Amino acid sequence: MNVQPKHIFMNTQLTKKIFLSLILAVGFGSLILSCAKKEKKVYESTADIPANREMIAELTSPPHVPTPVGDRKAKLLKVDMEILEQEGEMTNGVRYVYWTFGGTVPGSFIRTRVGDEVEFHLKNHPENKLPHNIDLHAVTGPGGGAESSFVAPGHEKVFSFKTLNPGLYVYHCATAPVGMHIANGMYGLILVEPEGGLPLVDKEYYIMQGDFYTKGANGERGLQPFDMQKAVDERADYVVFNGKMGALTGDNAITANVGETVRLFVGNGGPNLVSSFHVIGEIFDKVHVEGGDLINENVQTTLIPAGGAAIVEFKVDVPGTFILVDHSIFRAFNKGALGMLKVQGEKNKTIYSGELEDGIYLPEGSGIQKMPSTNGVVESEIPAKSMEEKMEFGKATYMQTCFACHQAEGQGIANAFPPLAKSDYLNADVNRAIDIVLHGKTGEITVNGQKYNSVMTAQTLSDEEVANVLTYVYNSWGNSKKDVTPAMVKSVRNK
Amino acid sequence: MNISPFFKVAITVIGIITVNIVSAQSENMVTVQGGTYIPLYGVDSTAVTVETFSMDIYPVTNREYLQFVLEYPEWKKSKVKRLFADGNYLVNWESDNSFGNQLAADAAVTNVSWFAAKKYCECQGKRLPTVDEWEYAAMADKSNPDARKKESYNQLILDWYEAPKTFNNSIGSTFKNYWGIYDLHGLVWEWTMDFNSVLISGESRKDVDKDSNLFCGSAAVGASDLMNYAAFMRYAFRGSLKANYAIRNLGFRCVQAKGKNNKNVTY
Repeated sequence: MNVQPKHIFMNTQLTKKIFLSLILAVGFGSLILSCAKKEKKVYESTADIPANREMIAELTSPPHVPTPVGDRKAKLLKVDMEILEQEGEMTNGVRYVYWTFGGTVPGSFIRTRVGDEVEFHLKNHPENKLPHNIDLHAVTGPGGGAESSFVAPGHEKVFSFKTLNPGLYVYHCATAPVGMHIANGMYGLILVEPEGGLPLVDKEYYIMQGDFYTKGANGERGLQPFDMQKAVDERADYVVFNGKMGALTGDNAITANVGETVRLFVGNGGPNLVSSFHVIGEIFDKVHVEGGDLINENVQTTLIPAGGAAIVEFKVDVPGTFILVDHSIFRAFNKGALGMLKVQGEKNKTIYSGELEDGIYLPEGSGIQKMPSTNGVVESEIPAKSMEEKMEFGKATYMQTCFACHQAEGQGIANAFPPLAKSDYLNADVNRAIDIVLHGKTGEITVNGQKYNSVMTAQTLSDEEVANVLTYVYNSWGNSKKDVTPAMVKSVRNK
Repeated sequence: MNISPFFKVAITVIGIITVNIVSAQSENMVTVQGGTYIPLYGVDSTAVTVETFSMDIYPVTNREYLQFVLEYPEWKKSKVKRLFADGNYLVNWESDNSFGNQLAADAAVTNVSWFAAKKYCECQGKRLPTVDEWEYAAMADKSNPDARKKESYNQLILDWYEAPKTFNNSIGSTFKNYWGIYDLHGLVWEWTMDFNSVLISGESRKDVDKDSNLFCGSAAVGASDLMNYAAFMRYAFRGSLKANYAIRNLGFRCVQAKGKNNKNVTY
């Protein structure tokens, strides 16, 4: 790699030195000049860049990234990474045991510059059951560090490496069975910036896609074990950004202001699926293809291989909510690969006229949707034992299945989807409501004085689930507090 | 290995105690009929013949281990030599003479090193099982001596990886297998005599070729070899160990060879 000299800086330095040399004796002067030349040194190989001072690496959890390296010199960078096997929430009511680098999926973001000598401390928490290691794609050496970092629970391994090639790299666990360690969340990104750093931008974020395989189907409640067979068959139940559904939506959305340039460090941990990364309503001004030096411009969707990464940059020109998706689109709307970038600021009617409905691109959930007319539903799940459970289960189903159209507070979306909150139409007839959930509804209806003419698809839910979700709806947002039972649903279904 | 002076004393003591203990302990052992099987990784991946041996029904408990350290004080928490057990040795024990009230008396003893486990078994007139013996006994489920192809058996093992803090569960709280042995899966990992003979020998540099099986080769396993994933983890775990390591989720049990010319241990 060629190291660019910083002309302005060097020039002032030189001027100073020359000025000094005029005052000093000629002999001294030439000595100082030769010193000045030395600072300009261009290294033939990045392996020759000296790293002197020690520095503790700043590690961040997603979606945040550490401070840019700027023009700092190469250093002896100490990275402390702890491996934790811990339970987390995949989505409402669905728990999963994640294996993590640093307690998050993806693991902590590591930011280095070319020529750094990284001293990597890998610690395996004593309560963990399994040995782990780390293979950093930024490492030049056998196993990417995997061999030297194989660490038993309650132990720590140390190894070091020099960052030779700038770029954005994936790291992951490479202990057998490798696929399982990755499938449980053991991956993250390490950035190696070029000399002088990447050009500064206004906002930087860290996003990583991963696919998950659970014993139960998408949305099935409880602690879900990893399903090896599905993983081998590449039948993912969840495809998500940053380890869980909703990690980047709602309150967790990433943000920017109009006029700012946003840089996303996007990785794909896999283990199986390749990502077609796309931001709805934006065009990437620049993409560092596959995280390397090659820059492509004006890109709509960039392919990110499993075990690969890309740096995408774009200026946000108009306010609104921009949706990040894997454009293999069922993954986005039905398996979770969906995030949000919320942009605030002045509208620019020339660029975009407006009328964008915030939140219309929301997950539709895992329920298989059909056009009205359906028969035969698999009775699923554990029945709710109490009203509290009914509300809890009902809410989970609501957030998965109904939320996209009817919204979090049942407010609906004006002119498109009728409200469920304080809804006269809903409260007037419970059997009609059950029927609509079971069989769908097309045509004009009037709700709270507003006309709606739209389609609601039939929902493939069990009697139990319909009873729970309707009970939840009836007991929320100022509705009539009806308790809908599975028997009521059954009688409507059998009509 | 440099053996400290207590060894001589220990031998004398063992000599006296062995006879009594063997007969006393044997009632807590069962016989595992010998046979031939193909392990996930034999040293050369061929069939392995295991001769009949007897195995402890349960892993060694905190209560039993406390008895041991009281009899052999050189294995007490504060007395043990670092060469034989690292700083995590009995780390959760309250003191030298008590495991305290955080740990259950009838839970498997963990945070013990290979040296300690080996010595414990020797002092009972037994020894640690070999990897081949352990794997042979552990491939049984409730009704079959070899259940490795059963999905339910494999799922049971995989589920354990996701169950927190199983090390403090009582012995006997998992299932009784075909041979009458409990807890081979579901409580803790267990030391084996030759834990590091397969794949990784301690000096990992010279084992690069073998290591590659562990690090990357597993990706080549097809769907039909699903059974191997659980075993992979055990081999990977063993490969990460050193003999002085003492780990929270690692305990042990002992075995006894039946015949005098038992060839299960070949070194």
